[in-house]
Amino acid sequence: MNMTDTIKHHLTPEILMAYSAGTLPEAFGLIVASHVSMCDACRAELDSYDAVGGVVMEDAGTADVSSDALAATMKLIATGDNAPKEPRRSTGTLPSPLQDYVGGDLSAINWKPLGMGVKQAILPTSKAATARLLYIPAGAAVPDHGHQGTEMTLVLQGAFVDEEDRFARGDVEVANEDMEHTPIADMGEDCICLAVTDAPLKFNAFIPRLAQRFLRI
Amino acid sequence: MNKTNKDWNAQICAIRDAQDQAAFAELFAHFAPRVKGFLMKSGADASLAEECTQEVMATLWRKAHMFDPSRASVSTWIFTIARNRKIDALRKQRRPEPEDLPWGPEAEPDQAEAIGLKQETEQLAVAIKELPEKQRILVEQAYFGDLSHSEIAEITGLPLGTIKSRIRLALERLRHAMK
Repeated sequence: MNMTDTIKHHLTPEILMAYSAGTLPEAFGLIVASHVSMCDACRAELDSYDAVGGVVMEDAGTADVSSDALAATMKLIATGDNAPKEPRRSTGTLPSPLQDYVGGDLSAINWKPLGMGVKQAILPTSKAATARLLYIPAGAAVPDHGHQGTEMTLVLQGAFVDEEDRFARGDVEVANEDMEHTPIADMGEDCICLAVTDAPLKFNAFIPRLAQRFLRI
Repeated sequence: MNKTNKDWNAQICAIRDAQDQAAFAELFAHFAPRVKGFLMKSGADASLAEECTQEVMATLWRKAHMFDPSRASVSTWIFTIARNRKIDALRKQRRPEPEDLPWGPEAEPDQAEAIGLKQETEQLAVAIKELPEKQRILVEQAYFGDLSHSEIAEITGLPLGTIKSRIRLALERLRHAMK
C-alpha cells in the first residue's frame, strides 16, 4: 500500500487500545486495520498498545501447562504447514484488509444504488456493528444525518468536506450522536469511503424510514 | 539480568536460523504458562486455554522469520499472537489484520533501535506496576476484554510516547530502505 503522508485525521487512542486488546466488534476492527495499513503514525501507536498488552501478559500470572505440552507443540510444528507466508500488501486503492472482505479491489465491489448517484455495499461482518462502502459522486452530498452511537468514516478515494473539516484519502472522521452533519464530496473525483456504525443512521431527509429498514442503513 | 527482563531475541533468531529446539524449549518454559494464564483470565476454560497455548507457541515457531525486534519486544509479539488466537477461539468472528510491512535481508533490524525499544518496554512495565491500583486494574481488564470503551478512555498517563516515537523511527527507516 502506498503510504499517505498527508493524513490529518487519525484513530483515537481508545479505539487503537481496544483493537490491541482484541475487544472491538468486527466492523470496527476492519476500519482500524484498514487505516493502520495506510498510516504509519497509527501503526506505531497500535504497536505501543501491543507493548502494554505484552507487559500485562507477562505480569498476569501463570497457569501450569500439561506435562506433555512441549512435546505436543513440537508435534503440531512437525505436522503443520511451515512454509513462510508471502507478505500481504496491496498495490490497489483498497488496503489488503478491505480487499479480503470485498474479494478484490474497487472493480469487485458489489454496489447497490441509493439514489442521486450515491451507492453503497454492505460488507459481511458480525452483527454488533455494520461496515459499508459508500460511493458519493463528485460534488454530491451524503444525505443529512444524525447518529445514534458512533460512526467512523475512512476515505479511500477522493475527499469530502463537512461543517468541520476536509477529509482526504486515509483520513478518518469519528462522529458521535451529538453531531449532525452534511458531508459533500470534493469536485475533483468521486469519493469512496468505508463507514462503520454501531447503530443505524438516522437520515433526516432523502430516504424514508421504511426504506432505511430495507437498505440496512 | 533477572528472568523477566531477559532478552529473548537470541532464542527467536536461533529458531529462525537453525530450527533450534533447545532455544524453543527455553521460550516455551517461560511463555507457555503466561499465555495460558492470559487466556484463562480472558475467559477460556483450562482445556481450551491449553489447546490454544500450544497453537500460539507453534505459531511463534512458524513466524519466527517475521519477528522485528526494532518494532516489538518478544513478549509484545507473543501477546499479539495470543490475542489473535483468543479472538478466533472465544469471539468466533473474522479478525481483520493490517497489511504486512515489507521485510527482508535488505532491511535488517537495527541493533541500537532494538535495544532502545527493549529498555523503553522495561520502563513501561515499571510504569504500569507503579500506577495507582485502580488504574492498573483498568489497564489489565482492558486487555482481558471485559471493559467498555468509555472506561478505557479514562486510562491516561502511561509513558507510551517514547515507545511510539521509536517505533515510528523504525517504520520510517523500513519505508526508506524500500525506496
